[in-house]
Amino acid sequence: MEPFTKLTGRVVPLSARDVDTDQIIPARFLKVTDKVGLGKCLFHDWRFDAEGRPRPDFILNQPRAAGAPILLAGDNFGCGSSREHAPWALASFGFRAIISTSFADIFCGNCLKNGLLPVIVDAATHAALMERAPADPAIEVGIDLASQTLALPGGATVTFPIDSFSKECLLAGVDQLGYILKHADKIAAYEHGR
Amino acid sequence: MAATNPRTMFEKIWESHVVFQEPDCPALLYIDLHLIHEVTSPQAFQGLREKGLKVRQPSKTVATVDHIVPTTDRSLPITDPQASELIAQLRGNCRENGIELHGLESRHQGIVHVIGPELGATQPGMTVVCGDSHTATHGAFGALAFGVGTSEVEHVLATQCLLQNRPRTMEVRVEGTLPPGVTAKDVILAVIGRIGVGGGTGHAIEYTGSAFRAMSMEERMTVCNMSIEGGARAGMIAPDDATFNFLCGRPRAPQGEAWDAAVAAWRCLPGDEGARYDRSIAFDAAQLEPMITYGTNPGMAIPITAPVPDPARMEDAVRQSALRKALGYMAIEPGKPLLGRPIDVVFIGSCTNSRISDLRAAAKVLRGKKVSPKVRVLVVPGSQPIKRQAEAEGLADVFRQAGCEWREAGCSMCIAMNGDMLAPGQYSVSTSNRNFEGRQGPGGRTLLASPLTAAACALTGVVTDVRTLL
Repeated sequence: MEPFTKLTGRVVPLSARDVDTDQIIPARFLKVTDKVGLGKCLFHDWRFDAEGRPRPDFILNQPRAAGAPILLAGDNFGCGSSREHAPWALASFGFRAIISTSFADIFCGNCLKNGLLPVIVDAATHAALMERAPADPAIEVGIDLASQTLALPGGATVTFPIDSFSKECLLAGVDQLGYILKHADKIAAYEHGR
Repeated sequence: MAATNPRTMFEKIWESHVVFQEPDCPALLYIDLHLIHEVTSPQAFQGLREKGLKVRQPSKTVATVDHIVPTTDRSLPITDPQASELIAQLRGNCRENGIELHGLESRHQGIVHVIGPELGATQPGMTVVCGDSHTATHGAFGALAFGVGTSEVEHVLATQCLLQNRPRTMEVRVEGTLPPGVTAKDVILAVIGRIGVGGGTGHAIEYTGSAFRAMSMEERMTVCNMSIEGGARAGMIAPDDATFNFLCGRPRAPQGEAWDAAVAAWRCLPGDEGARYDRSIAFDAAQLEPMITYGTNPGMAIPITAPVPDPARMEDAVRQSALRKALGYMAIEPGKPLLGRPIDVVFIGSCTNSRISDLRAAAKVLRGKKVSPKVRVLVVPGSQPIKRQAEAEGLADVFRQAGCEWREAGCSMCIAMNGDMLAPGQYSVSTSNRNFEGRQGPGGRTLLASPLTAAACALTGVVTDVRTLL
């Protein structure tokens, strides 16, 4: 996993709340045996019409989305199915962080295991960003994971929460599995003691 | 001080499964049962191969194929090459690692959350995970069961453990007796309708009260199954004699003296008197009605006689726009009940409602009658044992004679990965768990309801209050 330390970049707003992982990547694209290239399926049925033509009004089809690393999403982003294909698709498209007021539990855990940072902000900060972003394609924010700060347009800074374990894993770019494997002796002792 | 504070069932199970925990780190939680299927496991096995790791405890993982399997004649070859490849990969991965697989040829094949309990693999007090968000189903047995991503599938395969932050607890209490025509499905839709699709985020739910005590294990599974639709990864119900009677004699359940010892231990699992939850909500069972969804998430649920909410009467602008978008997708106008609205398809199946009692309920409504000629009705049993039992009981004949399609076991039109799907614009009344946009096929429109309601709608071809037919 690539380390996540600091990130400054353009923001793509997607205001819908309760976006489920079936929207992020529809189930018919899960019939794969690897993780690569799923970015082309990201938000497929919102991005493309029934004939496969891009819908020009959808934000990910607009020029501002190209190369933008930060998604600004609505409340309770990533609810529903546990499919890890959702963060794989988001990361494959080019996103490295998602800002919202809240994330669904399984989705949030899956993001953290794929170097995709969920940034949780308060409702007022979220509303201000969501109000400004649609009309401002160049809008940028800065994320500093070490200090857990989000630098907003105009100079203000807010902090965001993240559990310290996930933070250290992201900063170092290490897989959580390595940590578990280091404690194999404790697992063996637990199994022995049952 | 040892064992002085009264503990909830969740706390007892959690604490007995913590292998260890460092300060400021998640707990390392031991997993007793790991269920896998063809869609969310290939990348996990690939990860093991890349890292040179082996499956730590192959006997604690059970595999089946459900998501992409055809529900048509199993003697025919599978025409979808991607589906064939996923099935072949699972077979190879299980063989290579010594994992028990219930493939298409197995007499036990079925939806992963149906066969775990059928095999007796799901037991009280266990931690159960699966790369599928409906794993909470197994919580009906007094287990701590939750869905995980594919990375976590890999972690469990390699270590039999998961790193987990402890969720908060939430009690959903329903007291009283359900009125005729109101089922477990209606209870859980009412709960989700009240708390919303994010209302249980960060929590493990425990369902308490006389309404759940009176339910069969199958009904309890229906309730726990949809915990995730309220945002909660886990939902559970304390084990009792109904739980033990269901499990007794099943292939993976303890036998003989081990059974007696297990039951004695399981009787200690329910929460202690005075144990406290972080949140509690309560419902009166007598006030509940058959429920149906009108929108594009399971929280958009109403009593079947109630009008569809009107966005013009909502204060919150974001919620207003979400409701407008949902009603636009569904092509449903606000302010009126759904009753009488024509439908195209009825789907009876899924890990929520494909068990024998669900099929009996639907058959009771359909017996001796014909479904509407305008409606396609699919009945998809949750497993091969359920299929055989329904055939032995004559239920399959009831369905066929009524004009329904009687199919092979699998997830089918709940997730529409196997070719069973809606055409764009079609409406279904479905006993499944998700009415998300496109869930049952691109452009398809899903109304979630109970098997009773679905069967009633199949007869009339329109949204129907089953109580008018009982």
